[in-house]
Amino acid sequence: MFDAIQAFLSTFLFDWLAIVITLVIQALVVILPIMITVMLLTYAERKVIGYMQVRMGPNRVGPGGWFQPIADAIKLMTKEVIFPRQSNKFLFIVAPVLSIAPAVAVWAVIPFSPEVVVSDINAGILYILAVSSILVYGTIIAGWASNSKYAFLGALRGSAQKISYEIAMGFALVTVLMIAGSMNLSEIVAGQQGGILNWYLLPLLPMFVVYFLSGLAETNRTPFDIVEGEAEIVAGFHVEYSGMTFGVFMLAEYAMMILISFMTAIMFLGGWLSPFEGIPVLETLFAWVPAFGWLAFKVSFLLFVFLWLRATFPRYRYDQLMRLGWKVLIPVTIVWVFVVGAMQYFKFGPWFN
Amino acid sequence: MTFEQFIFYVLAAMAVVSGFMVITVRNPVKAALWLVLAFISTAGVWIMAQAEFLGLVLILVYVGAVMVLFLFVVMMLDINLAKLKEGFTRYLSLGAIAAIATFGMMYMVLGPAHFGLEVTGAPVVHGPDYSNTAAIAVPLYTTHAYAFVLAAVLLLVGIVAAIALTIRRRAPKEVLYQNIDKQVKTQASDRLRMVKMEAVVEKDLPEKEEESK
Repeated sequence: MFDAIQAFLSTFLFDWLAIVITLVIQALVVILPIMITVMLLTYAERKVIGYMQVRMGPNRVGPGGWFQPIADAIKLMTKEVIFPRQSNKFLFIVAPVLSIAPAVAVWAVIPFSPEVVVSDINAGILYILAVSSILVYGTIIAGWASNSKYAFLGALRGSAQKISYEIAMGFALVTVLMIAGSMNLSEIVAGQQGGILNWYLLPLLPMFVVYFLSGLAETNRTPFDIVEGEAEIVAGFHVEYSGMTFGVFMLAEYAMMILISFMTAIMFLGGWLSPFEGIPVLETLFAWVPAFGWLAFKVSFLLFVFLWLRATFPRYRYDQLMRLGWKVLIPVTIVWVFVVGAMQYFKFGPWFN
Repeated sequence: MTFEQFIFYVLAAMAVVSGFMVITVRNPVKAALWLVLAFISTAGVWIMAQAEFLGLVLILVYVGAVMVLFLFVVMMLDINLAKLKEGFTRYLSLGAIAAIATFGMMYMVLGPAHFGLEVTGAPVVHGPDYSNTAAIAVPLYTTHAYAFVLAAVLLLVGIVAAIALTIRRRAPKEVLYQNIDKQVKTQASDRLRMVKMEAVVEKDLPEKEEESK
């Protein structure tokens, strides 16, 4: 479809201009729905946690509080942005940009349905790992440019946590691409064809858990949100940020939450494949569900788990968090890489049809 | 100029400018950040040259991990810039000679006589199905397998040596250590003791007269 737009535009524009305009349209088509999902997710978070704690959640703005995220956005946008004295102004502004840009750029390779993907590159997993590793600079630069001790301590904690859990995350993905034999996300989903038993969920169950836990730590969600431990370091690396500069950090965090959910669904839960493939009655019963419907359902469930964990668990202590990452999750993943390697070598395993 | 060429020149210019800023900027933290930009733009150039595996791994390893640790060190150092630049001009002549000598040697090896399309020939353009990852992985694990394993062992030895050099366990009398396994396994019954006791009823205090001013 986008090739057609580009061909149409290049009939009366410069070639490079046609390419740029097509790229912008592609970006908008992906980014706008994500931003709307982020908006709904903030509302869902407050409502879900509200009901879990036996209270109402937001219910004043609009019917049932539905306009609450819009009101929040307007509030953040009209608030004054305060620059701390002696802070580095340029880096202070660049930090939120650096945290939102990778969180948006990652979506270029995420497939939403078969063939519905902006850029179907064959090193998809590697691209996602590389781009999301740039995210950590948003945290570091925000902490350093604020010229504040609390922000700096929060940034050091946050970046140490992020690069530690990135290793476990990378290893978990290595096992996926070992059995899928490809780094292309569409091919990884295609490799899980054939019902819930052929998903990578069962053969890689420990990796699924490790990946999701590391995802929680990567996105600074409870129980791993020591980056913004209010009781210890006020609000962590973004303590000096106000108004929309703060809002951009939150936007990036929620966009990454959605991304982690998408990645988990694609890697381990069969992406857009129906769980009832190959089961006689159920398969025809659910044949009307579109491909994206299944993916959206799985992603929504994982996002609910994010919120559920936040309402359930208290915050980890910092040293216990680092211990969990380095001494529990990473050894588990390394062992499982060898297990999967041996299974592949001896052609043993449920995923060989 | 095609769109690809335009992107290439943008990335190349970014790499050159940020490389220059790394060595001229005064603040070490900013120099490290310029180095990050240099890495990212170089990775872009490599991806343009159809070496997407190398480009992405450059970002993943150097930008995502090495430079973060680098920044940690630089940020936590308390560097006095004025003192650092004291006597900078004293060694100017020596430094200039060393720089010119290095440049001369690099020019002899890397000069225009050894590069260009006449010397190397036109680069091979691969089709859209070309996978740089497979192209690197296959020789790495077949023809160069021993060298690869040797490099891996060398890195492991490096890690072990670094940890062995820096680890410092002092006697438990001097420092308090936390036994994390014990902490994690703690149950509520280990910490909390329920005590049954008679309820004590406080006597009513005599009501205070309100002070008037």
